[in-house]
Amino acid sequence: MIELDNVGYSYGRGGALLSDITLRLAPGSFHFLTGPSGAGKTTLLKLCYLELHPTVGRVHLYGVDGTRMTRDDVARTRQSIGVVHQDCRFLDHLSVAENIALPLTVSSRPVPGQDLHDLLHWVGLRNQAGQLPPELSGGERQRAALARAVMTDPQIIIADEPTGNIDWEMSLKLLGLLVELNRMGKTVMIATHDLALIRAAKSQVATRVLRIQAGRLTLAGADL
Amino acid sequence: MRVLDLSLLLGDAQADRVVPPTGFTAQLTLFTSAAMSFLAVFALALSLATGRVAETWSEALARASTIRISAPEGQLDAQTRAVEQVLATTPGIASFRVIPDAEQAQLLEPWLGPGLPLDDLPLPRLIEVIEDARGFAPDGLRLRLAAEAPGAVLDDHTRWRRPLVEAAEGLRWLGLLSLALIGGAMAGMITLAAQAALAANRQIIEVLRLVGARDVYIAGAFTRRFTHRAGLGALLGAGLGLVAIALLPGNDSAGSFLTGLGFQGVGWITPAFIPPVAAAVAFLATRSAALRMLGRLS
Ligand SMILES: Nc1ncnc2c1ncn2[C@@H]1O[C@H](COP(=O)(O)OP(=O)(O)OP(=O)(O)O)[C@@H](O)[C@H]1O
Ligand SMILES: [Mg+2]
Repeated sequence: MIELDNVGYSYGRGGALLSDITLRLAPGSFHFLTGPSGAGKTTLLKLCYLELHPTVGRVHLYGVDGTRMTRDDVARTRQSIGVVHQDCRFLDHLSVAENIALPLTVSSRPVPGQDLHDLLHWVGLRNQAGQLPPELSGGERQRAALARAVMTDPQIIIADEPTGNIDWEMSLKLLGLLVELNRMGKTVMIATHDLALIRAAKSQVATRVLRIQAGRLTLAGADL
Repeated sequence: MRVLDLSLLLGDAQADRVVPPTGFTAQLTLFTSAAMSFLAVFALALSLATGRVAETWSEALARASTIRISAPEGQLDAQTRAVEQVLATTPGIASFRVIPDAEQAQLLEPWLGPGLPLDDLPLPRLIEVIEDARGFAPDGLRLRLAAEAPGAVLDDHTRWRRPLVEAAEGLRWLGLLSLALIGGAMAGMITLAAQAALAANRQIIEVLRLVGARDVYIAGAFTRRFTHRAGLGALLGAGLGLVAIALLPGNDSAGSFLTGLGFQGVGWITPAFIPPVAAAVAFLATRSAALRMLGRLS
């Protein structure tokens, strides 16, 4: 589904942040991406959903070379990958429900009321549907972001620090939603440095843990 | 490019909500469009009126000429008769008449003041000549007059008429040039307003990008808004301009050249084209500004 071949990346004229990264995400797999802060986790995820283009190597998405895509192709691709961003940005003048429906709205597709209702129920935000995003708590924002990410029913879900600043109980709840998506057949990739979360996931699904260190990607040992 | 996209006119309610309303640029666009349309009405009136004047002068005046006879007291009547004979046998002349002294005095009064002792002035005699549809050859007539009545001079008006017609034509082009400049200035100002709006909404644009909005969608949300506003502003401005022109003194109340500046007949309809044109200008200006900016933001 997502393939990276000998990918390298550097911001501006600085040295290479990532180099020689080869990665294959098989359909239905569950991956964790970990590593120290500033190692390049977010950068690697951005390469995966084509927000950044590699300085070296190639990224294939659903079998298509990312560098050959037009801007419109990339926009379409965004709708087939659900992304929960590290800073979960919303349109603050629209309600939570409208924000969750946004991926459909911007592609001029109708928003099925029942689906939206079910989704809000699934992430436990039924009572917050009419609120504005700035009125949500950190955990509620993360769940709203997840709901938005799956609104278009994508095959791949990418989550960048989804449990960044929420308590353990809420983290487990969110992990539960992601595991549920994986059981439905979705490919899931989560960046986190919360090792406890990774252990909690391992007890529920088969996962692979990738670690970025000094610009290289390695498979983490079984100690996790 | 789908200029005639129906949703452009009706508005896509959902799409319009994704970009928050921007008060300042909205008012700026409305005002600019109204002001420019107000001016456009006058430029339009100017070019239509001067076009009309040029036409009238070159058509109606072309048909009237004057023959001026200056001769010593004793010969004046004889020469007048000779001229009349020449005119009667010249092809292309519909009619002619000797302008009586009293009428001539009336013509001169505005220039020389009333109560003039006209009898003491050696006034030339004037004969008004109206040509028919074919017209006469002025040079041939001049030759014959020189032979029959040496004191007669044919003044066929082209000499003084031509610069007037040229001036009127020049004014008409100035009017059209003004219209083009007004359109250009409006496109420029709306482009600036659109750029300001796009820059102010950069965060919004980024979020829209993240959820997979294509450039045309984002540009469309801005374009629709500016097109609506420019159209509305132009409607106001053109309406006010029409009212202002209608309130100008009419031809009948003051018989001066300036009162010709107005609309006549179907001319009153032409300002109706200003709002659609303004909307089209705004559409193209905003769209190109938006697509250019979105292209740079990639
Ligand atoms: N747009 C940018 N321009 C220049 N440098 C950047 C940019 N974005 C990130 N970096 C740098 O690249 C490095 C990796 O950033 P990245 O966000 O990928 O790290 P991360 O592993 O996600 O960290 P964290 O765990 O804190 O989220 C950092 O040193 C960061 O300063
Ligand atoms: Mg990060």
